[in-house]
Amino acid sequence: MTTYPTNRMQADVIIVGGGFMGAATAFFLRRQGLSVILLERNLVGQAASGVNFGNVRRQSRYLGQLPLANRSRDIWINLPRLIGEDAEFVMSGHILVTTSEKDGARLEKYAVDCKPYGLDLTIMTGDQARAKFPMVGPDIRTVSYSPLDGHANPRLAAPAFGRAARRAGARVIENTEVCAITKTSEDFIVETRDGHSFQAPLLQISSGAWGRAMAASFGEDIPFAANGPQMGVTEPLPYRIGPVIGSASSVLEEGVYLRQVKRGNIVYGGGRRSVADLVAKRSPIDPLNTMRQMPYLARLVPQIARLRVIRTWSGVEGYVGDNLPIMGPSSKVPGLFYAFGFCGHGFQLGPGVGMTMAELIATGHTDIPLEPFHIKRFQ
Amino acid sequence: MADEPVIVIGAGPAGTRAAQRLVQAGLRPVVIDENDRQGGQIYRRQPENFHRTPEKLYGTEAAKATALHTDFDLLRPHIDYHPGTTVWGVSDEGLMTVCGQDVTIVPFSRVIIASGATDRIMPVPGWTTPGAYSLGAAQIALKAQACAIGQKPVFMGTGPLLYLVAWQYLQAGARPAAVLDTSALSTRMKGLRRMASRARVVANGVRYMADLARAGVRLHAGITPRAIEASNNQVSGVTWCDSRGRLRQVSCDAVGIGYGLRSETQLADLLKCDFTFDPCFTQWRPHVDRNGRTSRPDVYLAGDGVLLRGADAAEAAGQLAACAVLRDGGHGVEDTEFTQLHETLAIMNRFGRGLAEAFPWPAHLARALPDETVVCRCENITAGEIRRAAGELDAPEMNRAKALTRPGMGRCQGRMCGLAAAEILAAARNVPVREVGRLRTAAPVKPLPLNCTVKS
Ligand SMILES: Cc1cc2nc3c(=O)[nH]c(=O)nc-3n(C[C@H](O)[C@H](O)[C@H](O)COP(=O)(O)OP(=O)(O)OC[C@H]3O[C@@H](n4cnc5c(N)ncnc54)[C@H](O)[C@@H]3O)c2cc1C
Repeated sequence: MTTYPTNRMQADVIIVGGGFMGAATAFFLRRQGLSVILLERNLVGQAASGVNFGNVRRQSRYLGQLPLANRSRDIWINLPRLIGEDAEFVMSGHILVTTSEKDGARLEKYAVDCKPYGLDLTIMTGDQARAKFPMVGPDIRTVSYSPLDGHANPRLAAPAFGRAARRAGARVIENTEVCAITKTSEDFIVETRDGHSFQAPLLQISSGAWGRAMAASFGEDIPFAANGPQMGVTEPLPYRIGPVIGSASSVLEEGVYLRQVKRGNIVYGGGRRSVADLVAKRSPIDPLNTMRQMPYLARLVPQIARLRVIRTWSGVEGYVGDNLPIMGPSSKVPGLFYAFGFCGHGFQLGPGVGMTMAELIATGHTDIPLEPFHIKRFQ
Repeated sequence: MADEPVIVIGAGPAGTRAAQRLVQAGLRPVVIDENDRQGGQIYRRQPENFHRTPEKLYGTEAAKATALHTDFDLLRPHIDYHPGTTVWGVSDEGLMTVCGQDVTIVPFSRVIIASGATDRIMPVPGWTTPGAYSLGAAQIALKAQACAIGQKPVFMGTGPLLYLVAWQYLQAGARPAAVLDTSALSTRMKGLRRMASRARVVANGVRYMADLARAGVRLHAGITPRAIEASNNQVSGVTWCDSRGRLRQVSCDAVGIGYGLRSETQLADLLKCDFTFDPCFTQWRPHVDRNGRTSRPDVYLAGDGVLLRGADAAEAAGQLAACAVLRDGGHGVEDTEFTQLHETLAIMNRFGRGLAEAFPWPAHLARALPDETVVCRCENITAGEIRRAAGELDAPEMNRAKALTRPGMGRCQGRMCGLAAAEILAAARNVPVREVGRLRTAAPVKPLPLNCTVKS
């Protein structure tokens, strides 16, 4: 048997990375009764989880992901009961809009296909949509309406889960960068840049765009890219736009989306992404892209052209080759779990991922189908 | 982008002298300025159809103002001048500018940023009431539009600008109700030692104070602001504690507030220049060598946009930055020119630091600010909200506090409230203000219309 230095902190589970996935997993693991150490390089929820668009949207997701997304939505509407605050979640509804017949047909097909998964969408013509949502622009021909989706404030959600996890007894350790993870016969030994080490029989890697390198160190590399979606926000105006509005166009540049927050500002994003710098931990925001987004935003909601942008930003997000996350057990190392690479759609999933991973780690089983997300698909 | 032009951002004293020096060396710089007319803040020109004399507009500085305007007018055929144009971002291809609805991408070989400064504000209960202005705004109204912010305004804060603006109002026929300065007389005496390096400037200041006193304007030193009072949602008075702790009140119809200046550093931030904390001015600023070179080889800074030393220093620093640009670009510049400018600036440095000592930023006021006072006026965020970020939400630095309770999240990106918010955060966490950092800049530096298009 190996002997370990006595000052090494131990727990049932170590979570590497305190984004939404890590923070929510820590919270739900405590409810499963396991002891948890969460190690975060900066502050909880400061990376992708804190700067994303804030879409809490299920429609247009990969169908096999809907059970997870449904579970997540059920948690979103219960946040105040669960963690004591709502992270500004509003069930505003979500509409996907198109200007082309081809994209419209795709929306219609999806609305049929997602029904068995419990997602009810209403397909509308442009005129029907404009009768219900007067701000929608005249070029829009087909609209898919998901009344039970909405949006929330990304700056608040993951930190709130981090605080709730801490209150529930998780040891949330910030400003601590993991630099090495090794597996002995029973335990994982995690070393940090400031010279501390931690030990646990179970470990989850939820380090977002930085997860790929960690998985690769266990011999499980995957096709991967780190990119930065491009965001912006306008000055405030009276709260009028109800639903989140997104373009369903298959043309990259046209794929913009927007939502109005209750304070009045319109948050938007989409189109081309920038290439992230994993060392500097930043994704550039390209002002040319800000310019490219403008006419397409005005196509969704023409009145937006009369406003001014007050801030733009980006964030580092991990995209897996097939646009689906890495989630579930390692195929090589017992006790190792992954939840990273959420391909620009992980915010909605955050609470559901936390609950599902906690279940899986604590009990070895979950009813939520995760096979499509197993890392073994790339082996 | 070696073949691209040198860009000068800002056409105040620093930018004008920088451009002039580049032209002397045979270059044709691009000069981009947000204002419609050249001159910058201090030597701001009145609209074309206004006809006040330079003496009336600029007082003791009339000759300098006229010289700067005339020299610039002579430069016009030799530069590409873009007035009314804002640099709002930085792309791989160059600076992003906007004029009206036209966005232009301006490539550059080197850029000199001379973007000036704005008022440093310490909030006080009632400071967002209509009728309360920043000191700079009060001065702009007078200079550019010949308008007064009120018939009997109070000027409150600290720094020499307080007296200059009050004096200018007096000259224009609006008698200030009082000048309220947080700096005590004894504090000012300490700074005087260094300020003695420029006796003429000190003498001017003393003259403004004497003229004000002679006209019956009460000048109070060592005060502690309490509140700006309102009636019918309009400023009606100011309450403060005098140096002996007695509560005082003065009626007025407007207030101009300013506690010295803060450098406009957003463009240097977007260009990824390194910043350092300057304990003398208690603010973060881009790191520069004594010639204005930043940590980035193609970016230079001059004027109040990097070091708060006033207009005369800005002219010298502008010329110096241009000399550095020329030398780095392989043009000959005599060593003596550098030496002379360094000597001039050494005096100004000493003086600037003396001023900062004489009229210190009253950081301690942040700690006493009531919870319900609005600090970030764009987002309506109170001191209490910033303290909640510091405590319950455990934000260790400004960007985290901004993410959690929104100070600095609005239109001005914290240019107005950022320094005071940092003091509140630091006080609540009991750490020196440098430890709570500074708000990161995001493009667009100023609000950008969503209906603009790229002009090629
Ligand atoms: C600009 C943008 C817009 C987006 N819009 C949406 C949207 O509208 N809807 C939606 O559903 N999704 C959206 N997403 C995606 C969503 O934000 C992410 O999928 C989700 O937040 C990922 O969470 P995470 O916890 O996996 O990653 P992250 O939030 O990136 O967290 C990973 C954490 O790991 C930490 N870490 C990394 N390496 C180490 C180490 N060595 N040691 C310790 N800690 C480490 C990091 O510091 C970080 O905090 C968007 C993403 C971005 C960037």
